[in-house]
Amino acid sequence: MKKKDLKIRVEYLTRVEGHGNIVIDVAQGKLETCRLEIVESPRFFEGMLRGRSIFEAQHITSRICGICACGHSLASIQAAEDALGIVPTKQTILLRKLLLHLELLDSHLLHIYLLVAPDLLGVKSFVPLLEGNEDVVRRALRMKKTCNDLCDILVGRHVHPISAIVGGFTKLPRPKDLDAMLDLLAGLRDDMEEATIALKPYFTFPAFERDTEYVGLVSDDGEYPLLTGDVGSTDGVRMTKKEYRNVTNEFVVPHSSAKHSKLSRESYAVGALARFNLNADKLHVRAQHVAAEIGLVPKCINPYMNTAAQLVECVHCLEDAIAIVETLKANPLNYDEEIVVGLNEQRKIPVRAGSGVGAVEVPRGILFHHYEIDDNGIITDANCVIPTNQNTGNIEYDLMKLVPEILDRKDDEIVLAVEMLVRAYDPCISCSAHCLKVDIKR
Amino acid sequence: MKKPKVGIFDFACCEGCQLQLANMGEQVLSLLGSLRVMEWREVMSETWGKKLDIAIVEGSITDPHAVERIQRIRRRASVLIAYGSCATIGGVNGMKNNFVFDEIRKYVYGDSYAFFPTEPTKAVHQVVEVDYFIHGCPVYIPEVVTVLKAALQGIPYYVPDYPVCVECKLNENVCMYDRKVTCLGPVTRAGCNSWCINNGNICYGCRGMVSNPNEKGALDVLAKYGIPTSLVVNKMNMYNKCRELDEP
Repeated sequence: MKKKDLKIRVEYLTRVEGHGNIVIDVAQGKLETCRLEIVESPRFFEGMLRGRSIFEAQHITSRICGICACGHSLASIQAAEDALGIVPTKQTILLRKLLLHLELLDSHLLHIYLLVAPDLLGVKSFVPLLEGNEDVVRRALRMKKTCNDLCDILVGRHVHPISAIVGGFTKLPRPKDLDAMLDLLAGLRDDMEEATIALKPYFTFPAFERDTEYVGLVSDDGEYPLLTGDVGSTDGVRMTKKEYRNVTNEFVVPHSSAKHSKLSRESYAVGALARFNLNADKLHVRAQHVAAEIGLVPKCINPYMNTAAQLVECVHCLEDAIAIVETLKANPLNYDEEIVVGLNEQRKIPVRAGSGVGAVEVPRGILFHHYEIDDNGIITDANCVIPTNQNTGNIEYDLMKLVPEILDRKDDEIVLAVEMLVRAYDPCISCSAHCLKVDIKR
Repeated sequence: MKKPKVGIFDFACCEGCQLQLANMGEQVLSLLGSLRVMEWREVMSETWGKKLDIAIVEGSITDPHAVERIQRIRRRASVLIAYGSCATIGGVNGMKNNFVFDEIRKYVYGDSYAFFPTEPTKAVHQVVEVDYFIHGCPVYIPEVVTVLKAALQGIPYYVPDYPVCVECKLNENVCMYDRKVTCLGPVTRAGCNSWCINNGNICYGCRGMVSNPNEKGALDVLAKYGIPTSLVVNKMNMYNKCRELDEP
């Protein structure tokens, strides 16, 4: 058989958040280059945070990413409160959990139904689906908007939440707001059930497997850990969030100038599939049913199935969000907890020098924020470790195994399989570009 | 009438303003029904690369490659809309201009900082001509619809040149100064319906300054509440640092 030569250059991969290229070279049937390049312009967020007040960190770091704005806000707030020594109230924690559920729902639904579904249905984007399948597109957009409307009620808006800040919330939902949220969540449940049934016949993914280490939050209680917990892995690692640098171990590799992460092996994965593999038994029972129906079983080592894990998490987040709002309705909120902080110019929140870490499960995986502050609450050092950044090495190892396995196929099929693999991780490149190195050939 | 051809492009930003379009839900289909979206990398694999009637541009211009790219987009677009604070005023990306560039590159990227060519952050109009501005971080959807309607009809859109306070008063919010915290509402362009203050937070100035801010009035307010001017200047520079690059 003739040894194959293949050059794949996907410039500006579409239907992902941010700018990334895929570079694959095969010569004489041998894989020579395999890279996911990040070409987003660097924005220097960690550098810009220095000299700003810790009370501005949430507002600024939310702007790292429009899709994960609530996730960044929550990780930032957790790190800031850790540094300041603030313990949030039960009510605040509950509302933050609700916000995180909405964040996962919003992002996962966008990814499944608007970004991945075109691949499953064999079209280039949702636009051709408007001919003949307009209802499907309308439902997807309606689900996305519902998540957005829920966030409008809870925190003012989804893209760059307004009322979730260090110390709590500047505005708390009123009883009529809780009722409105329950109505929206009930409508979302109907739409999601219909959408799942409609998608199921097409919900098949390439049969590809590669065993790897999965990393995410773990805990000893019965709750599916998203906002709090230790950092754990399917290889049995467990550490506190303060030890995050021992988990992420960022390093530079010779074949690519992008920073990678590793823990117990050459790479690790974070995200919906990692969380499912670590904590599937803690999912809401309805979510467990959906997992069983689509054949998702831990430990699943097919990276394409990350999209399936997202679908399962949508059900969990929806059901738990409904449970939280019902709890809030049954136990009236304490509106004295509404706070006005601004830049804390009135020193309503006591300030001290310190170091704080936030570790939160955002849609694409575990996110770390770390700040050092001086005794005036001014940031002296900042570090953010982004899920997509942690996944980049793992994606490349997947590609190195995948490409030789499918070399006998037509070139356009190979390109599609490769693009779909990268897209399955739901990479968020705006997020990662603040710290990933850009590979520039000269 | 032929539907206008539209392209949506992003530069250094969080892409949240593009996401605001998806957040319109089914309403976005009415919008899409009145135009032909030829390029939109975030949600489409289709490419076009030819003449456009309207280019919607998100993000700031922060490196030499971006300068060339925005010039190419400008050449093939009859109308260019700067979309969101990063594009219209530089936005949070402008904070970079507070630092010595080699220092901030080394801080973020270590020894390999030389791989990252960077230039002072610029708003889009500081590089190419802009026909319409949609301010905000993120953009405010009702204003987006108004501007797009104006652009489709070929009539001008005038960004409100009065402060956020005007809208805030109509919304009957208690003034943040009366709640003992500083707020940039008095010097920031309205048009967002005082979105942040309605939700209990302060105005951070994301829409840029009014053309003729009442500086004396603002200084009086600061003096009344004993707030140092430097604190407010530092706040202004979170979104508005790039104003220093505007022609006087």
